Amino acid sequence: MSATKVAAVEQYDYDIIKKFSVMAIVWAVVGMFAGVYIASELAWPFLNFDSPYLSFGRFRPVHTGAVIFGFGGSALFATSYYIVQRTCQTRLFAPGLATFTFWGWQAVIVLAALSYVTGFSQGREYAEMEWPIDLLILVVWVAYGAVFIGTLMQRKQPHIYVANWFYLSFILVTALLHTFNNIAIPVNLFSMKSYSLFSGAQDAMTQWWYGHNAVGFFLTAAFLGMMYYFVPKHAGRPVYSYRLSIVHFWALSFMYMWVGTHHLHWTALPDWASTLGATFSIMLLLPSWGGMINGIMTLSGAWDKLRTDPIMRFMIVALSFYGMSTFEGPLMSLKDVNALSHYTDWTVGHVHSGALGWVAMISFGSLYHMIPKLWNTQMYSVRLINAHFWLATIGTLLYITAMWISGISQGLMWRAFDDFGNLQYSFVESVAAMHPFYAMRAIGGMFFLTGMLLMAYNVFATIRQGVRAAESSQSRPAVAATA
Amino acid sequence: MDWFSHAENTKPLGLLIFFITFCLIVYWVYGSKKRSKILEDHKNIPFLDDDEVKDKSNG
Repeated sequence: MSATKVAAVEQYDYDIIKKFSVMAIVWAVVGMFAGVYIASELAWPFLNFDSPYLSFGRFRPVHTGAVIFGFGGSALFATSYYIVQRTCQTRLFAPGLATFTFWGWQAVIVLAALSYVTGFSQGREYAEMEWPIDLLILVVWVAYGAVFIGTLMQRKQPHIYVANWFYLSFILVTALLHTFNNIAIPVNLFSMKSYSLFSGAQDAMTQWWYGHNAVGFFLTAAFLGMMYYFVPKHAGRPVYSYRLSIVHFWALSFMYMWVGTHHLHWTALPDWASTLGATFSIMLLLPSWGGMINGIMTLSGAWDKLRTDPIMRFMIVALSFYGMSTFEGPLMSLKDVNALSHYTDWTVGHVHSGALGWVAMISFGSLYHMIPKLWNTQMYSVRLINAHFWLATIGTLLYITAMWISGISQGLMWRAFDDFGNLQYSFVESVAAMHPFYAMRAIGGMFFLTGMLLMAYNVFATIRQGVRAAESSQSRPAVAATA
Repeated sequence: MDWFSHAENTKPLGLLIFFITFCLIVYWVYGSKKRSKILEDHKNIPFLDDDEVKDKSNG
């Protein structure tokens, strides 16, 4: 063990990062299992077992909550605490408060999942938590902001590295979105039920202002922060262009806020509002691809690493999926394309090309880089990482291909007319036509989950190896002293 | 001041302010060779406390 490695372990507060990293893996397994189960329910409905507790409607938010906030959220807490310390060359501000964010955030995920299964939901997508849980999130988030900003303020490095800008925008915007989307009046103090302050089209617009900016700042900006640190760090080369990263940051920040209304084309929303959303969605293609190119070109001159290093492969494939889904998103925001794609499985496929291909893969790459450093060891098995990579890639491709075919078929069947001007297909005929693709999607999910289980085992073995090495190095001087 | 109370005036004004601000940021980033060099030097921050071999060939 080199002296610098020992110094790094002691210099920074790694305990909180270890906790969040382990829980990111746990929630990934739980959330992806729930995802595979509900995908299987759609393909083979007997899996509902006529129980409301196992029904798709209650389990779906368990899946989204566990993967987005449990896995994604814990991975973001872990990596942001790691990056902010290492790039500011200082320890975390208020470590007690950081520990509170860990227990508070885990409580949020558990309480939310229990409330969904027992039938409590405020019916807002990705914000189904009822008001008492919303208040707990608010407290945890303010504590998170205080720890992050406090750490930035006590930095020893004069410049704030760009990854921290992305994390900071994610923290600030998530606070804003969560607060305004969840303004509601409880029925009474002892009731979980509440009613939104907004109604009708305003309510829908608030929901999708929240929904798309959650994609923009929780699932994009924050993971770009991860990318801007871990891709250069793992490649051993600085980011391709720092100036491009600055423009990338500001362009995303200026544009993302406007695009939520593209979720509400052809509805009661004013036409100008949804046109505005589509216009900004198209413009967003430029910074998104600028960022993707910046990330991929970081590897310029060292492409051979892609052949030999599965962690690097996770990161570059993640960036490729980022590019692909940020091309598909603007395409789907065009009104004519949206007329075909909206309410179909194409949307589900698009979301998962971003969620599995970009968010999950960049997280896997970052966690595989970070975890050995936290426990001061090497990954237990590189072959298992390689197997995980292929299972995840095949699973993602199966999933999105199935949903493209299914979604476009649905859209075409729903709009088909016969010679007399009647609808050519009944709704149930379109459902029956989807069956093979729903089975294919569930199988794709099983591939992805299997890869995740390999990662969980590999990480467990790595941690055990690191702990044993630390114990033996502690006992060795004692043995030497007694000899 | 009455002019500012009408949303049809302030919305395009807001858009103009944001657009000009963004153009100024782009000019600030790319407008000076000296500043460009200072900004590009920041890309090495992740490696400053590193114990690994560095390759600073990009950029």
